[in-house]
Amino acid sequence: MTRRILDHPILGKMEDLDDSNYVSFQFNEVIYQGIENESLAAALLANGIRTLRYHEESGRARGIYCNIGHCYECRVTIDGRPGVRACLTPVKEGMDVVSGKPISSNEGGVSSEAE
Amino acid sequence: MRLNNAIIIGAGPAGLTAAATCAENGMNVLVIDEYMRTGGRLLGQLYEEPDGGWWNGIEESRNLYEKAVELGVEFHLNTPVNNLENEGGVWTIYTEQEIFQTEHLLLATGAAESPIPIPGWTLPGVMSVGAAQVMTNVHRVQPGDRGIIIGVNVLSAAIAMELSLANIEVVSLALPEKNLITQESANPKEVMKSLLHVSHMAPSKFARWGSRLMKNSFMQTLGVNFYPKSGVKMWNIPVQLRKAVTEIYGDDKVEGVKLATINAKGEIVPGSEENITLDFVCIAGGLYPLAELAAVAGCPFYLVEELGGYVPLHNERMETPLQGLYVAGNITGIEGAKVAASQGRTAGLSMVCHATENQLEDEINYSMEQTSKTREEAHIQFHPEIDKGRTKILNQWKSYHLEE
Repeated sequence: MTRRILDHPILGKMEDLDDSNYVSFQFNEVIYQGIENESLAAALLANGIRTLRYHEESGRARGIYCNIGHCYECRVTIDGRPGVRACLTPVKEGMDVVSGKPISSNEGGVSSEAE
Repeated sequence: MRLNNAIIIGAGPAGLTAAATCAENGMNVLVIDEYMRTGGRLLGQLYEEPDGGWWNGIEESRNLYEKAVELGVEFHLNTPVNNLENEGGVWTIYTEQEIFQTEHLLLATGAAESPIPIPGWTLPGVMSVGAAQVMTNVHRVQPGDRGIIIGVNVLSAAIAMELSLANIEVVSLALPEKNLITQESANPKEVMKSLLHVSHMAPSKFARWGSRLMKNSFMQTLGVNFYPKSGVKMWNIPVQLRKAVTEIYGDDKVEGVKLATINAKGEIVPGSEENITLDFVCIAGGLYPLAELAAVAGCPFYLVEELGGYVPLHNERMETPLQGLYVAGNITGIEGAKVAASQGRTAGLSMVCHATENQLEDEINYSMEQTSKTREEAHIQFHPEIDKGRTKILNQWKSYHLEE
């Protein structure tokens, strides 16, 4: 399990956090809560979710790697737009997030999700 | 028309300081960053300074940002830059949203982490050590309950301490298995040598003994040969120079690692592998300058190991050979945030000098001296021979201009 660090010995308590800061978003058709404008990657991890997508070719599970936008391992489809980095995306109310899935071999070529 | 504006790509300590410097001197400044917050890698930093105070990256970032905003600096966050073009001395900056133009462009894009490929490293739960730092200190989400750090260096030692501050169990700092890619980072003696430069951060008696007595190569070999199998503790976390991770295992997420004993040369002792149950793994391959945009711009590059990799050619005034293109911070070599900020000030002054009639020679010279001073006094030295690296790139600058 992963947990939020609500209190920290040096950094203190998370600032002014109450229910009004939480928003609902959807990930693979399940509704989760996140703190508005935190990164989608952080919101998902706080909900115990590590697998963000399945590799286009091998189908193996993938999650965040660098967490600051360099590696593109965390790419997901957000509100219909594929290839968006979860680590750079602020969570908003009603956001609809879907994991990339392996491209079936009979489709051939590379779909837009493999960008 | 002369454009009296400055554009800065990267809102870390170098970019923010440069922005404030340009704005103070009357320029209109726009800062672009693809992250959702300003501060760059500074955001995650948290360590105790020699005077006992804490260096809190979030507070430092906020101060730099607020100062820039007060001076009228405009920010475009969540804005990745895709391309740069120069025509007739005007730089065009293509972002995912808009196109911008300037005659004075600063690249302050910072550093990226080198990965260490290890069997199983694509499993969810495996992340760079910097990723764990940002999750913990910036987003305040635990990367997991119990993890291991693969790669022993200045950055991983500092972040191990930060994870334990947040009550996250780090079972060990260990080496990667020796292979064609890992080389020095898998060699206990080389790692020991580089660790001596951070030993002042470790309160343990062993490390202090180490830093005084292990200056020569013979003592280092001896130290590695007699290195306790259980490791030496730094902030209660075993630093295991004689253990290497050979594999990360798990079905669709990290379940553990195989940890083997290695000899002083980094070779696996047969039959020594044991399974360690974990839910996250950090890979610490070190930092390298993130310089793609300088390459796109057409800036010449040199490989300078002491600076962390390929760096764009630049001088002490933070100018590149390309007109109107400047660099500052970790794109010029891997150093701490204070050095980056100081370089940012120099870059900002250079930009003002070119953009306006202001003669700022005294300020620029003073700022360059401050950078050297900050470097000498740095608490954390990412490369022990940073000065040598800086001299190398300055010599390249001289010979480049002689050739012309």
